[in-house]
Amino acid sequence: MNTCKILMAIGGLGAGVDEQCFALGMQMGPDLIAADAGSTDSGPAYLANAMCKTSRQMLKHDLAIMVKGSREANIPVMIGSCGTCGSDAGVEEVADIVTEILRENGWHAKIAKVYSEVQRDLLKEKYAQGKIHALEGAPEISEATFDEFTHAVVLMGAEPFIEAYKEGADIILCGRATDTAIVAALPILKGCNVAAAWHGAKTAECGSQCCDNEAGMGVFLEVDEEGFNIRPLNPEAKCTPYTVAAHLVYENVDPYVLTEPSGRILTKDSVYTQLPDGVTTRVTGTRFEPAEQYTNKLEAAGIVGYQNISLVAAADPDLLADPETWIKGITAYGMKNLKKSGMNTDDFKIHFKAYGYNGLLPGKVPEEFHPREILMLMTVTAKTQALAKQVAKSMQPLLLHFPANWNEQLPSFAFPFSPADCDRGPCYEFKFHHVIDVDDPLELIRFAYTEV
Amino acid sequence: MAKLKEIARYVRSKNAGPFWVTVDIFFEDKESYERVKHSNIQEDMIAKLYGTKPELVKKFYCENINVIKFSWPRALPSGNPNEYDMHFGQQYVFLSETEVEEA
Repeated sequence: MNTCKILMAIGGLGAGVDEQCFALGMQMGPDLIAADAGSTDSGPAYLANAMCKTSRQMLKHDLAIMVKGSREANIPVMIGSCGTCGSDAGVEEVADIVTEILRENGWHAKIAKVYSEVQRDLLKEKYAQGKIHALEGAPEISEATFDEFTHAVVLMGAEPFIEAYKEGADIILCGRATDTAIVAALPILKGCNVAAAWHGAKTAECGSQCCDNEAGMGVFLEVDEEGFNIRPLNPEAKCTPYTVAAHLVYENVDPYVLTEPSGRILTKDSVYTQLPDGVTTRVTGTRFEPAEQYTNKLEAAGIVGYQNISLVAAADPDLLADPETWIKGITAYGMKNLKKSGMNTDDFKIHFKAYGYNGLLPGKVPEEFHPREILMLMTVTAKTQALAKQVAKSMQPLLLHFPANWNEQLPSFAFPFSPADCDRGPCYEFKFHHVIDVDDPLELIRFAYTEV
Repeated sequence: MAKLKEIARYVRSKNAGPFWVTVDIFFEDKESYERVKHSNIQEDMIAKLYGTKPELVKKFYCENINVIKFSWPRALPSGNPNEYDMHFGQQYVFLSETEVEEA
């Protein structure tokens, strides 16, 4: 029977691989060490700047443990979405760290660098050919959208990992990839059940999150021709049918249908069984429905403006009685002033959040709720940083004294900082929630190999 | 009347990629799950609380694990200039404080 055993070192590279738990995983004889290094969860700035969210020191810490395991057991490492956003620069950064680790230890390895950043002109061509399609909840796009991003990547499926593995690479460092492709690739290549490979990958991709206790960070996955077994690395933890099934609802829109470039994973009829060891759960019955058209999901981000922020706090009972009215009042008064001073009010926006009141959930608060104090964040978003600064400066006298009740003497609100405002730099936006039709899973993917 | 947090084991909220968000309501047993399944905790209530349209809200009953799940597209993608909860990670609190009106 074909099987494939995978040591998922950690759900997010750089969060701190547990060395002891990793060693226990190595004793279980894995065929592969895997980790996911990316996410869009922290917003568009990382992709817009091709910037990594994780520190180099923590990446090196985790990679050193994984590369050591790989070289001692002579098994490959596969990492997806290098550098948080999976940009070409992210792949280079992780490759640079891996090279450093190999040299410091006198180890040899063939590194595959697999890039999924895509160029503007190519995307425009695909759009003109009608090969870019909106997913549900996508923003409206036009040809102009393709000039509004700084970096764009596609999410690769399992095929590029398989290609690099077939080329004999020991350490496979990929740009943006689906979280699952990193783990599903090798079991698929080895002839395991395709649905089980994907579902097992989905279960393992967040590391120990599918266990009853998340300490230990990693999990051990074994895929075979009928299903998969999953267990924690941490001896104190368990994977139960409940924790494994429950993981499918985490940060997914639909827990029963998971879409990959090559098809859909259908988990409605999956069967979860606790194995006699009490820590391993077996899953069977998942189905995989191949896609008629192979697609790569597109991600891109760009600058949408520049921001300046000011913080001011208040305990004034007149203001706290109705912060929303005060915010409307100060914004209207400020906009009138700015117009009077000759500014084009289309070039900027002023936005308030009242923390301690409704900063986390805009809208009405329960009637009986009365805060003791609130912190207001004023954000000015403008076409240039200089303009954002000037607008913020124009608002400062109002932030200090704008009354909730004009019949009383003017209040002075509470400032924590001098200067009162702070340039925050550019702000960014994700541009696409779309997929691209491709003729071949490797069409948009580039490969480079180096020997260390 | 009880608040949702008094009936559910826990409530969780999270972004699902940059364009969608999701809340998961976990129950200890079938009885509490059924109580909320047949209550005011429906698409329209979620839409009103989180400022979206009821027809955009998808509802999932996960019978095998006693979970009720709602997902909907965000009005603006995560990290937009006026973002208030990038990971949607704190939004569960407001749902868990909701009074459950049982049928």
